[in-house]
Amino acid sequence: MPAITFIHPDGKSDRVETSGGESAMQAATRLGLDGILAECGGNAMCATCHVYVDESWVARLPAVADDEDALLDGTAAERLPNSRLSCQIHITPELDGLVLRLPERQV
Amino acid sequence: MSAPGSAVSGVPHLDVDPFDMTFFADPYPTHERLREAGPVVYLDKWKVYGVARYAEVHAVLNDPATFCSSRGVGLSDFKKETPWRPPSLILEADPPAHTRTRAVLSKVLSPTVMKQVRDRFAAAAEERVDALIDKRSFDAITDLAEAYPLSIFPDALGLKAEGREHLIPYASVVFNAFGPPNQLRQEAIERSMPHQAYVAEQCQRDNLAPGGFGACIHAQVDEGAITAAEAPLLVRSLLSAGLDTTVNGIGAAVYCLARFPDQWQRLRNDLSLGRGAFEEAVRFESPVQTFFRTTTREVELSGAHIGEGEKVLMFLAAANRDPRRWDSPDSYDITRRTSGHVGFGSGIHMCVGQLVARLEGEVMLTALARRIAKIEITGEPKRRFNNTLRGLDSLPVTITPA
Ligand code: HEM
Ligand code: FES
Repeated sequence: MPAITFIHPDGKSDRVETSGGESAMQAATRLGLDGILAECGGNAMCATCHVYVDESWVARLPAVADDEDALLDGTAAERLPNSRLSCQIHITPELDGLVLRLPERQV
Repeated sequence: MSAPGSAVSGVPHLDVDPFDMTFFADPYPTHERLREAGPVVYLDKWKVYGVARYAEVHAVLNDPATFCSSRGVGLSDFKKETPWRPPSLILEADPPAHTRTRAVLSKVLSPTVMKQVRDRFAAAAEERVDALIDKRSFDAITDLAEAYPLSIFPDALGLKAEGREHLIPYASVVFNAFGPPNQLRQEAIERSMPHQAYVAEQCQRDNLAPGGFGACIHAQVDEGAITAAEAPLLVRSLLSAGLDTTVNGIGAAVYCLARFPDQWQRLRNDLSLGRGAFEEAVRFESPVQTFFRTTTREVELSGAHIGEGEKVLMFLAAANRDPRRWDSPDSYDITRRTSGHVGFGSGIHMCVGQLVARLEGEVMLTALARRIAKIEITGEPKRRFNNTLRGLDSLPVTITPA
């Protein structure tokens, strides 16, 4: 199973083994990781699962959809060019090793 | 052919009426019976299937092609009966029609818009606490759970000052009308004419102040997203679903925090838990208890065979306390990871106003916890009975300022 890494604002990191077909958000909440709130449970409605994708990975993710784009304008922490909603990142084998940085705040 | 839900398909039949007064007074033992009887049950009283476990409720919510909303999300099947009012263009619609109207309301109630209204909502919460501290003893439902949303939401929508007393009664009709033709529903609809007339009038473009949510919906007509005939009905959705729900949500949270002083102390020690305290109250009390779907085809759900055109009742409240999904489901824990609860639904119809509800809940609870040391219940809480909404009619309390 592909594994992904979350880096917290204080620099600490958590490596998470994903299980079949889940999103990065689901992997994080399944492990009770601090820093991903996911208030809408992955329905692309809340923008509280915001992450910054490590620069080396940005181009390898599927493009941002329109609804995700609109929600990203409303994130609590600043939106950057590498901002994504982790509930919209579905972990496939090609994403093994993905690195996501957590923002300072989600609300 | 076997009768709907007959023993052949192995679906247990239950003699339970989840819309009667004794059930409303204490739904929890029945919720447990429903969950434990099987993944899918059949309720003979209303001839509907029921799902009360988290997995099945979540599955039904997330398969809108099979479990549709356009035939009504109450007991009444719009294919067989004329709806009591013109159907909602969002709640009672399926894709692709739903996709278009939903996009409009999502934009009007987006996280970006919440950032803009946040300071206003927070200031009103502080004012509410000022007034409560002056009173010391008050009814936490009328003076807090109702007074706070009434002080901001109608203004945020852009409603005129006159006639607002119709808002809560109108919502109460809407939520009673999802239920079966019992006394609650019949009486509510019989008395609804003046409230319906008020609401229809306020949904018109000329009656909505510029800059409010209502005007923003009408502005979408100019963008070509919706027609001029659709806009008033979408405004109506906010009038129906945007006020009484948060009244019951905030009421639930205050009732929880007054009943569980240890959780109140935790919140006082860490004000950043206000948002979580509200969300957990929505899970724990589930102000919106139930919704229906109608099957568009024969379907197999967790081993149960369901025919086409059957109503399926989803017990959101029971799913939110399913021990298969939640640790200690019957305890109110403001630090719980609530992500995934179905108090706001799930899937394409998941509450489009959830950000408004959370914002109201967060700023109100945070303002209370910052300035109030203690909330004591000083009289018997009285329940308000509604076919869909769960909440109190009155909650007498006395507070001690910090
Ligand atoms: C604590 C407060 C609230 C609760 C518990 C709640 C609950 C729900 C639930 C369970 C649904 C799903 C209906 C379904 O699946 O058929 C829903 C949908 C909806 N809610 Fe809320 N709600 C709340 C607040 C609000 C607010 C503040 C608004 C408006 C500002 C609102 C507007 C709506 C609308 C328009 C829909 C229909 C969405 C659709 O069908 O796509 N709600 N709500
Ligand atoms: S979990 Fe809500 S937008 Fe991702």
